[in-house]
Amino acid sequence: MLPQGLALGGVPVLGQLDLAIAGGATTALLGPSGSGKSTLLRLVAGLLPVPAGASVTPLAGQVAYMAQQDLLVPWRDVLGNVTMGAHLRGQAPDLARARALLAAVGLTEADARKQPAQLSGGMRQRVALARTLMEDRPVVLMDEPFSAVDAPTRHRMQSLSAGLLAGRTVLLVTHDPLEALRLADRILVLGGSPATPAEVPVPDGAPPRPAGDPALLAAQAALLERLAEAVS
Amino acid sequence: MIRAAIAGLGLLLLWHGFVWLTEVPPFLLPSPARVATALVDRWDIILGHALTTGAEILLGLLLGSLLGCLMALTLAAWPAGRRWLLPLLLVSQAIPVFAIAPLLVLWLGYGMASKVAMAVLIIFFPVATAFHDGLRRTEPGLLDLASTMGASPVAVLWRVRVPAALPSLASGLRVAAGVAPIGAIVGEWVGSSAGLGYLMLQANGRSQADVMFAALFVLAVMSLALWFTTDRLLRAAIPWQPDSLLSENNRKVTP
Repeated sequence: MLPQGLALGGVPVLGQLDLAIAGGATTALLGPSGSGKSTLLRLVAGLLPVPAGASVTPLAGQVAYMAQQDLLVPWRDVLGNVTMGAHLRGQAPDLARARALLAAVGLTEADARKQPAQLSGGMRQRVALARTLMEDRPVVLMDEPFSAVDAPTRHRMQSLSAGLLAGRTVLLVTHDPLEALRLADRILVLGGSPATPAEVPVPDGAPPRPAGDPALLAAQAALLERLAEAVS
Repeated sequence: MIRAAIAGLGLLLLWHGFVWLTEVPPFLLPSPARVATALVDRWDIILGHALTTGAEILLGLLLGSLLGCLMALTLAAWPAGRRWLLPLLLVSQAIPVFAIAPLLVLWLGYGMASKVAMAVLIIFFPVATAFHDGLRRTEPGLLDLASTMGASPVAVLWRVRVPAALPSLASGLRVAAGVAPIGAIVGEWVGSSAGLGYLMLQANGRSQADVMFAALFVLAVMSLALWFTTDRLLRAAIPWQPDSLLSENNRKVTP
């Protein structure tokens, strides 16, 4: 809840908003660049100090975070990157689970011993997804997670992550209407300055919805128009 | 490698030709052959002095690098101390080491200690600044990720920021390996009883230019060996560091 809105460096970024995110479902937050989506996500993740007068449900320790960059560290191999969380907390890593998750995202046993520099962009993002799942948190925050990979890879990654993240509370920040319509149970569009969220209806059917569905394509066109208006 | 050998041989020939043509007296500029003779004849003396200088350089490099790393880590881990330590860091470089060399000899004596101190003073700065820069420039997304993973500040420093800063530290250490001999030699010139600098000073006083050149040659070989060894070790220690020069060669397409 942000009764006063949020300003960063004296510039109002987010307007007055009261946002409740449904548990166990995927909420997509759409908006043009600079609309405050990432700020909102970082606020929820506890990466920004909560402004005075605002209340954000503290989620420390319950959040897994996946960003646009894969954020793999080059000094650890793939398995080491998947178990990075345990490494940072000084815990013993659950290697069996890490291997199972790598298999679930479609990577082989040989890939697990590779260095990140040896992987393609799509494979690196798969490792990032496995690392996010390895954290096993009820809330998953994704900040344009697939925007850096090519379109076919993005499509495959969306289907894969929808299956693997089912049942968790997901807040997905994206600027891709198709991605939001395929994956989300609820879509919010951030628009205006300072930005406020507005609800947008989602097509029928459970995610991941097929990209060829006519209803979904029509909704994508309408959403695109709406986002274009939000910019002007 | 072959190109370097040919270039070196060409320079030697040019030098020899110049001395032969102008008939410069040997106490001004000895011919390469004379320098080689001096190197062989006085080998035992030169080797002894070279060992002293080498020990000073290595000790200085070790202590200076350790001190530089410690300084950078302190600056990174203790933000409040930055205001006190950063000016100190700058002042340590604002005073030219040549100017305080006589003082150091006065305080620490004619032995090895004053030379090591001099080398430490020169080495400390590039290591500290390069490593500190690296520690400050950790990818912000990586810090966000570590924060959501519940990492303590100590874990973030040791397991994220330090490994991420290793390539920067390596740049600092390369510079340090390059300048380390300067510190030791300056110290020996100011006042010493052993070392290549001392030998050169003595040879200069007795107009033995050939011995001077021989000592200079040994010093240059030692400096190059130190730099290449450091570079090789750093490359092996940080294999993930991208090297555009190396990959340029790999990418070259043979026509």
